[in-house]
Amino acid sequence: MAKLDAVQLRLLREVADLHEVPEGAYNIRANGEAAGRNSTANIEITSKTDVSGIDIRIKDGTKNESVHIPVVMSESGLKEMVYNDFYVGKDCDVVIVAGCGIDNCGSHDSEHDGIHRFFIGRNSRVKYVEKHYGSGNGTGKRILDPQTEVYMDEGSYMEMEMVQIKGVDSTRRTTIAALKDNAKLVVRERLMTHGEQTAESIYKVDLNGEGSSADVVSRSVARDSSFQKLDLCVNGNAACSGHTECDSIIMDNGRILAVPSLEANSVDAALVHEAAIGKIAGEQLIKLMTLGLTEAEAEEQIINGFLK
Amino acid sequence: MLKLQNISFVAPDGGKAAEIIRGIDLDIPSDKFVVITGPNGGGKSTLAKLIAGIEKPTGGRLFYEDEDITELSITERARKGIGFAFQQPVRFKGLTVLDLLRIAAGRKLSVSEACEYLSEVGLCAKDYIKREVNASLSGGELKRIEIATVLARDVKLAVFDEPEAGIDLWSFNNLIRIFEKMRVTEKKRTVIVISHQERILNIADEIIVLSDGQVIDQGSKERVLPEIMGAKFTADICPKME
Repeated sequence: MAKLDAVQLRLLREVADLHEVPEGAYNIRANGEAAGRNSTANIEITSKTDVSGIDIRIKDGTKNESVHIPVVMSESGLKEMVYNDFYVGKDCDVVIVAGCGIDNCGSHDSEHDGIHRFFIGRNSRVKYVEKHYGSGNGTGKRILDPQTEVYMDEGSYMEMEMVQIKGVDSTRRTTIAALKDNAKLVVRERLMTHGEQTAESIYKVDLNGEGSSADVVSRSVARDSSFQKLDLCVNGNAACSGHTECDSIIMDNGRILAVPSLEANSVDAALVHEAAIGKIAGEQLIKLMTLGLTEAEAEEQIINGFLK
Repeated sequence: MLKLQNISFVAPDGGKAAEIIRGIDLDIPSDKFVVITGPNGGGKSTLAKLIAGIEKPTGGRLFYEDEDITELSITERARKGIGFAFQQPVRFKGLTVLDLLRIAAGRKLSVSEACEYLSEVGLCAKDYIKREVNASLSGGELKRIEIATVLARDVKLAVFDEPEAGIDLWSFNNLIRIFEKMRVTEKKRTVIVISHQERILNIADEIIVLSDGQVIDQGSKERVLPEIMGAKFTADICPKME
């Protein structure tokens, strides 16, 4: 692996929990360049030749292996767009850790836009973790606009953990998924915005197969004067089940717009949406204060628990 | 241990003011199990909240271990050893039972320590320790977890607001055992319970009867309980309930 500076190593820890070179397959990108790559017998990573990005090919039957593909940026003013495609074979069980950390100490905006496409083979299981993180005291913004496309074959399962807790000034995260028979998608999103940050999170899930299902849960906190838009859409096009949930805490002058939509195009589609936006309940604060916490400590505990 | 001097509390009530507590004087000694009872709407829960600092009196002073705590916040009172168990326990999305017990204890309780507190309130610890304190728990389960937080906090003065509310008979029997244990425990602890239940009144050292915001009787269980259960006392209280 190429030598990363201290800032890049810190970003790597934040977005991928990496303290050293990971086991298994990995591709680390730093300031727009390859900083390290490793393929394994079952997982091959190759560069695309037409555009910036990589192809990750996972062989049929690969189990208990992982792929890390974090991106770190510490150069102010850098803007990049990458295309990463994951081809997961049949009967696999793998963990994929992505994520992007931007440290911007300059006056120019830094932006990383990644387009990830997943082609998940029959009866495969994938756990995907994507964390976004920003830091740095420059006036330049830290911008992340990822797009994720998921195409799931029969009987496949994907669990997505999407986390953005700190430091990203502007994000527009778009995720679309199409599921075949008996495929299942589980999404757990955690989002917190501060200051003047804006975050838009869009999900569009097409349940096309018999017995397919999706469970999309977003928990978010909007603090200070930040703004969030949560747009969760599930289309039931067969005998399927879908559940979406937006659960948000609003603080200070924060604003949240939840736009749920369900579309049933089959009489056997069962779709449910739940949404709740509100401030921290006073009784929750009081309870924790009777246990010896200050109001600020109680608030922090409640938010940390909510986003855990 | 706890002294209330001419405590009153007036709550705004749609433009008017409602006098909930009317100049109460109370002296609650250390290491006693005290039950406050009386008709609904008599001011019992408000009095409990005034002791915990959740409400501030509009008149009078509160003294705890000879210190004037009238102006102290909920947090400051909690840190001095006053615990409070809510009538309607609060739910928290994301916080687990273990998290809550650790917050209560003020330290990183081990899992086995946390399990002991849960066992004390009759919960099979391994089933609960990692569960979120949210809507997936029943009212009775939440109530027992609420009591476990007070036990984990190891307070000097524990205030329970209608602990029997919303729990089943089995849980209630367990609750009585907890209170009996607290009463005889070697640790010095004063317990104040707001309750209507005869079985809780039966384990009291002292009973205080509150009606219409005033203390109308206070004394030993042996003297007060027969009067509460007797026709004379019921007749005295009932008109005020209307």
